[in-house]
Amino acid sequence: MNHQDFTPLPALAGGALIGLSASLLLLTHGKIAGISGILGGLLARDDGERGTRLSFVVGLLAAGVVLLVARPASFPSTPGAPLAVLALAGLLVGFGTRLGSGCTSGHGVCGVSRLSPRSLVATATFIAAGIATVWVTRSLGGAR
Amino acid sequence: MRANAAALAAGALFGLGLGVSGMTLPAKVRGFLDVTGAWDPSLALVMVGAIGVHLVLYRAIVQRDSPLFHGTFQLPSRADVDARLIGGAALFGVGWGLGGMCPGPGVVSLASGTLDAVTFALAMLAGMALQHATRREPSATAEGSHEQLGPTRSSG
Repeated sequence: MNHQDFTPLPALAGGALIGLSASLLLLTHGKIAGISGILGGLLARDDGERGTRLSFVVGLLAAGVVLLVARPASFPSTPGAPLAVLALAGLLVGFGTRLGSGCTSGHGVCGVSRLSPRSLVATATFIAAGIATVWVTRSLGGAR
Repeated sequence: MRANAAALAAGALFGLGLGVSGMTLPAKVRGFLDVTGAWDPSLALVMVGAIGVHLVLYRAIVQRDSPLFHGTFQLPSRADVDARLIGGAALFGVGWGLGGMCPGPGVVSLASGTLDAVTFALAMLAGMALQHATRREPSATAEGSHEQLGPTRSSG
């Protein structure tokens, strides 16, 4: 285990904010805070929910700007994986989350909180696939 | 108006939570997935914090007859585990491991304006559009387009 990088308190506090956000969206709109579903919905034709989705995404971007100003260490200071790897990663994340109807938020937080069997299986699957992928790329000596 | 303001506030809370917790740092995310190496368990605590809060509040909120700004709660009701769910989650997991980014941080990180962030976000949107374009079921354009927010078909 890596004790140097372990940041339990910010992780718990940030997680609590995410849980509050999901609860706020449920209380006000009756919806699951699934980011991939919200983004995917914006790419599809308008079903009357566009305003809600767009507002949520604007909120995400606004938080990014606040973080950039108030807490710049929230973002990496140096480039990470090669751009071709990031492009492949993005394609897989976009395609996979739509095919599997959810991502870390919709399945991992909201679905697990509801004890949904589909979300529990999906969450176990994407964490296992992520662990396997990091193990393979590290073994190949690829991006850290 | 108030409904959209609430959605914006939810998005902002979500984004701040991602940034504070370290989910917008791809190296940290990969450190969490690197269980056989220099494992950084922080992100497990992000899940604990988020699920801990939502598990309790979810139960309280769905006691209400309806949400504040909408007629009904639109919660996924499917319980079947199929190949699409597992295949999609597996593809997502591979991409998550490669890039250290999932969709939420992918959007929030756009604010940093780096080439990395823009490349990932554009590719992610392209991947979503590709999945929509290659859907086979006839309902793809109608209900399928909002699986996650729809009342019957979605999970997350």
